[in-house]
Amino acid sequence: MGKYVLRRLIIAVPSLLGISLILFVLLALAPGDPFGELAANANIPPEVSAALRVKFGIDDPIFIRYLHWLVAMLHGDWGFSFSSRINVDQLILQRVPTTLFVVGSSQLLALAVAVPVGVYAAMRPYSIFDQIANAFAFVGFSLPTFFTGLLLILIFSVNLGWLPFVYRADIAATGWHWVWEIIKQAIMPVAVLGLFQAASYTRYVRASVLDVIRLDYVTTARSKGLNERKVIVKHVVRNALIPVVTLVALQMPAVFGGAIVTEQIFRIPGIGSLLITAILANDTPVIMAVTFVFACLVVVFNLLADIIYGWLDPRISYR
Amino acid sequence: MEEPELRSLIADVKDGRLSRRAFVQQMIAVGLTAPMAGMMLSQSGVAMAATAFPYKPTKAGGGGALKLLYWQAVTLLNPHFAIGTKDQEGCRIFYEPLAGWDREGNLVPVLAAEIPSKENGGLTEDGLSVIWKLKQGVKWHDGAPFTADDVVFNWEYARMPETAAVSIGSYKDVKVEKIDDFTIRAIFAKPTPFWADAFVGQYGMMIPKHLFADYIGGKSRDAPANLKPVGTGPYLFVDFKPGDIVRAKLNPDYHVPNRPHFDTLEIKGGGDAVSAARAVLQTGEYDYAWNMQVEDEILTKLESAGKGKVNIVETGAIEFIMLNVTDPAMEVDGERASVKTKHPLFGDPAVRQAISLLIDRSSIEKFIYGRTGSATANFLNSPERVRSKNTKFEFNIEKANQILEAAGWKKGPDGIRAKDGKSLKFVYQTSINAPRQKTQAIVKQACQKAGIDVELKSVVASVFFSSDTANPDTYPHFYCDAQMYNTTMFQPDPQVFMNQYVSWQVASKENKWQGRNVSRWQSKEYDEIYHQAEQELDAVKRAAMYIKLNELVVGDNYIQPVVRRPKVTAVSSNLTTHFSGWDNDLWQIANWYRDA
Repeated sequence: MGKYVLRRLIIAVPSLLGISLILFVLLALAPGDPFGELAANANIPPEVSAALRVKFGIDDPIFIRYLHWLVAMLHGDWGFSFSSRINVDQLILQRVPTTLFVVGSSQLLALAVAVPVGVYAAMRPYSIFDQIANAFAFVGFSLPTFFTGLLLILIFSVNLGWLPFVYRADIAATGWHWVWEIIKQAIMPVAVLGLFQAASYTRYVRASVLDVIRLDYVTTARSKGLNERKVIVKHVVRNALIPVVTLVALQMPAVFGGAIVTEQIFRIPGIGSLLITAILANDTPVIMAVTFVFACLVVVFNLLADIIYGWLDPRISYR
Repeated sequence: MEEPELRSLIADVKDGRLSRRAFVQQMIAVGLTAPMAGMMLSQSGVAMAATAFPYKPTKAGGGGALKLLYWQAVTLLNPHFAIGTKDQEGCRIFYEPLAGWDREGNLVPVLAAEIPSKENGGLTEDGLSVIWKLKQGVKWHDGAPFTADDVVFNWEYARMPETAAVSIGSYKDVKVEKIDDFTIRAIFAKPTPFWADAFVGQYGMMIPKHLFADYIGGKSRDAPANLKPVGTGPYLFVDFKPGDIVRAKLNPDYHVPNRPHFDTLEIKGGGDAVSAARAVLQTGEYDYAWNMQVEDEILTKLESAGKGKVNIVETGAIEFIMLNVTDPAMEVDGERASVKTKHPLFGDPAVRQAISLLIDRSSIEKFIYGRTGSATANFLNSPERVRSKNTKFEFNIEKANQILEAAGWKKGPDGIRAKDGKSLKFVYQTSINAPRQKTQAIVKQACQKAGIDVELKSVVASVFFSSDTANPDTYPHFYCDAQMYNTTMFQPDPQVFMNQYVSWQVASKENKWQGRNVSRWQSKEYDEIYHQAEQELDAVKRAAMYIKLNELVVGDNYIQPVVRRPKVTAVSSNLTTHFSGWDNDLWQIANWYRDA
């Protein structure tokens, strides 16, 4: 097991290097540069924007810039944002709590909805409940989050005036009032993200429960006279959820990476909105750091998913 | 408009026959800025009006929270690094300049005790220096006194290239010295007619010497105060998350009595312009939204909710179409649109004149921009036009057809005019932005009726407005026949603005397309007058020169103004604000208040 993990980690190094190289080159080749606004501003003499370019190392050859970046990164120096002139790691760390809270609770919501609904639907396939659950699941994942987000804003903020549609990371209130404010502003984004995710999870849960429920050992359990509840919870769901657990583990990078569109709509200061503003401002160090962190998370959680899988299902062995 | 006419207008203002506001508006109509008009008046003995800002509250505080919404978030809080206006706005609640510009071009003292003038000995005849007297008793937020040393330090800080300050343009050519603790002198290398640049307005915000002195030059990025501003402004710093939110609270020691009105202030950023407008105008969640680049139709609809109103202020920004002087199709020495070439179609003045007649400005205003863009004619053609209250610009397909016909452009079987084997077809590019694409369509339609085939091209804004030397689709490359964009006057003085038509600024491969003369239009006369204006100390003569320069450019029909773009903001109905087109939106934030 230890050997397996070690081997996987060693394999991850070249793939991360490859990813970083591709990201870097793509960003370097992409049109636009962070000093476009400077160039258009007559108040800034061309010598100054040229000096800034030199200072920030933008005019060096791509390969050299990549090496610089890599060496600095290995030393723990993530560089600094061109547009806010502060360190990138600081910038990202500021955003992590909000993203974790919003996207994390939406994942919890998704699971809280998907597991019971999926299991119940699979227990009675093609019943009315199953049909309705299926219909909702299809609608749920066909509607993009920007649409449902705007729809909710229109209903709950504009027409009813119940909920705010601008998310604020630091609310100037204390005690229960603070908690209430936080919940109030998080309802819409969490619902939008959570229900979208729940829709697809429901389908997965249903399918995998259906697979398991027909197996012989379930019939055995039933014929032993165990009650239905015990059969489902102990024997069916436990085994059926193995693929779902992997699926959720693979979704984890997205929890850290934020939800770009939803964060933009509700003005949630998460990592996703950091990434999108950095892209619009051509703030290369930030884009690079965020996407690279994302890549690392994908690699790590893939490994985690594999390990959890083996732990849950002893039939799988590591070699 | 010539010098004598300007003089007589100024005399009218002096006698009270013409209002100051009307004069300023006329100057804007001929392409000058309000601050420049103000300068002219003050030099001619019409004192700058002491701008009054109505302010009802009788004590500081008690106004609750003021919530401002910017759809582009503030990313840094050092005014000398503030690249975009959003950052300047964020800085403006903590930092203040010596003086700011009001909407009619008056200088309004903030940290200065008075505005320099010849009468108070602040200005000299030779135009080589200006003396600023500072307001006494002003304290930084940490309690340290604000003195002349701070002002001198700001100059040293900004002018040093290693600091990498974007305000460097305002400070690199002056020398600043301290006379006493509350007086400084700025000395210019050559006679400088426009003296109110350094220490004034958006690039004039003062940072404290005692906190930044150790971080001058190459270490500028490390200053802790870059993220925790300590200024002299009406609000104290509370918290800042780059790209998200700025929070502030009332400064009890503010140097103006009974101000500010609000107990707390926040600037939330992010999202998009339309939903920002919604948050102010429709749901009232916020009190103010910045830069409403939203179609007027939508704004009007949102306004009907009654929660807020749209505020419009005149600025120097103009949306215009530029015809290429050079040939973008021909490559000379590895460079397209080289100045060695001549545009095959636009070389003919008749074609340019026809195109000018084919831009339906009033429809563009009426159907696209509404209140957010007023149609502007060839704003400089004739003084009669300037004087007339109802300036007319012509849209006349018939006349365009006649002009082209007369110049020998005959319609071919496909309905497209041609002459000497060259058919009248051109490519017209702009950035991707709904109103721009609609404007393109209106122009294309009219051109079609006159036998001109226009191909439309739109480029993503981040590419179009970039300074990327390798990308041929940027506006400075101008590898296209015609293009349209909005040019903003960053400075109250048009001198820098007008250098975009001097011959030594032509954008070319040699200067990596950093030159500001993108149209490649050149004229010896223009260059000469420009040089004269740089040296001219008499504000009125100088203004006349700039008007002449404008006439030269626009009269040649290579540059076709379309609409003037005012500053549009959304403001809550019960809020009293003070905006200016020549300074930041928050320049008078200390005087904002809410009716109870």
